[in-house]
Amino acid sequence: MTRYARTLRLFWGASISAEMEYRANFVFAAVGSVLTLGGALATLAVLYQHGYEMGGWSWPEAMLVVALYTLLDGFQRAVLAPNRQAISEHVQQGTLDFVLIKPMDAQFWLSTRRLSIWGVPDVLLGLALIVYAGSKLDTPLGVGGYAAGLIPLLLGAATLYALGYALATLTIWVTKAGNITIAMQALLEAGRYPVPAYAPLFRVAFTFVLPVAFMTTVPAATMTGKTGLVWVIGSLGVAVGLLVACRWFWRFALRSYTSASS
Amino acid sequence: MSASPADAAPTVIADGLTKHYQVADKKPGLAGTLRHFVKRQHRVIEAVKAVNFTVAPGEIVGFLGPNGAGKTTAIKMLTGLIAPTSGKAEVLGFTPFERKAALLRQLTLVMGNKQQLMWDLPALETFRVNAAIYGVPDDEADRRVKHFAGLLELDKELTQPVRKLSLGQRMKAELIAALLHHPKVLFLDEPTLGLDVNAQTAVRRFLKDYNAQHGASVLLTSHYMADVTALCERVIVIDKGTILYDGTLAGVVERFAPYRQVTLDLEREFTEDELITYGEIEELNGRTVRLLVQRDTLTTTVQRALSDLPVRDLTVSDPPIEEVIGKLFASGRDQQAEELPQEKPEKAAVSP
Repeated sequence: MTRYARTLRLFWGASISAEMEYRANFVFAAVGSVLTLGGALATLAVLYQHGYEMGGWSWPEAMLVVALYTLLDGFQRAVLAPNRQAISEHVQQGTLDFVLIKPMDAQFWLSTRRLSIWGVPDVLLGLALIVYAGSKLDTPLGVGGYAAGLIPLLLGAATLYALGYALATLTIWVTKAGNITIAMQALLEAGRYPVPAYAPLFRVAFTFVLPVAFMTTVPAATMTGKTGLVWVIGSLGVAVGLLVACRWFWRFALRSYTSASS
Repeated sequence: MSASPADAAPTVIADGLTKHYQVADKKPGLAGTLRHFVKRQHRVIEAVKAVNFTVAPGEIVGFLGPNGAGKTTAIKMLTGLIAPTSGKAEVLGFTPFERKAALLRQLTLVMGNKQQLMWDLPALETFRVNAAIYGVPDDEADRRVKHFAGLLELDKELTQPVRKLSLGQRMKAELIAALLHHPKVLFLDEPTLGLDVNAQTAVRRFLKDYNAQHGASVLLTSHYMADVTALCERVIVIDKGTILYDGTLAGVVERFAPYRQVTLDLEREFTEDELITYGEIEELNGRTVRLLVQRDTLTTTVQRALSDLPVRDLTVSDPPIEEVIGKLFASGRDQQAEELPQEKPEKAAVSP
């Protein structure tokens, strides 16, 4: 395992030093994140000012969902999206061969090779807002309350990862799949507000078809005590199921990989 | 026929190795596109047809053939990148397509047209990543990089971003990245592609040195005959997925060039018509003419030339290997395939 840890450290070190060349862009990304988050909060604030409660979620509770969304979005931008992008580049350029020939799990490599600092502002903003929203709840969260959200949050992140990786795997056959990132972004965006706020049909879809509910709503609901263990167990089931399916799908894809011609 | 040392167990075995690809067949134009969209036509390409060969430990084998001959496909099967349609690939006792770490740790692949170096970063960063992946300790990796870089005459280039390097420097750095873990089996697909003569020479010298020091087996494809003549004692000639020849480099000339090259230096200039009776004119340049003469008529032709023409100098040599191989590929392989009893092309007729 130390071999993987050492490799990961070098992967991320190399990615960061490659991106550090473009410092100005980082500032733009940070400004963009603040504006996006500000916009989301402003929309919410307008609704709540007029006494509207999203599916029975109070203002700080809804804010918590936005915070979790921002954090996951940051994770997606920092780790998931750049690596998904790299998979299709590897397939197109034929450099996937170099990955497959290394004595290291190819899925690990392709999931962690790149780290983009663009997502970092979102991660930081998300974390800050989680702490703030938690302190504004009717019963402010203690350390235990925050910690309770950690497991469903990690499971939500795993679900997001598995769906995206499975989609990126499609590039083995179709090569051009540049819209995967847009699709995943749109999917996660649905998790910006508490799922109970949506119409019943969407609620079902976002829980059982596209498991958005497990990414932001379940962690928030667990932290605030709105739901119990059942949903966390459900979250575990979804995450493990999708991870296993995604692994199987990847291996299946490799069997039909033909490698870009010379 | 094979020049391989028969005493040691082979490191690479291809046994009836076959690869069929299914490709979409599309007619040009809009109508063709529409038809293709509605009803896909597929065609099976037999990229590699039941080839058999082995590579012994420490042996450097040249894998020759025109574009599309099946060289790269065979290499991809031997490195475990793609699954054979039928037949067996074996490297160091492993089945490559299973991609066992124990095997992958001991082999490497260099492709002249693809690169593994990280583009925006100095090559040293890639070396470090590779060292971590292969579990080579940092200080040992540093030592190896230093040693290789010395042989390849690279130094401060390794701390510059890869995108700032010349093609030759980049390929040298690619080699370091590919050999840092001291692999036992090297698959080199056009490692000197596009390099200038100096860089080509450096790469060849380096590979020869590595082979001698580590006793590694090398399967090398190249379009530069100089690579082959400098490195390989044995060559495998493949075309249209079938092996045409497997044996010593010298044997290629013997088998496929039943003619010698006669160069005449004459007192005065002659026209082609006057010289055509002596042999096939390869080159006529002022008073020097280069002829290809059938081996069985060589003595009489030389005697006739010496008596009939004002010859100042006459040399007889084997034609250059490039020309022999070139002719071999150009002449169609039908009659040559017949000459080769070792081939079993019928075996290739296996469904994909």
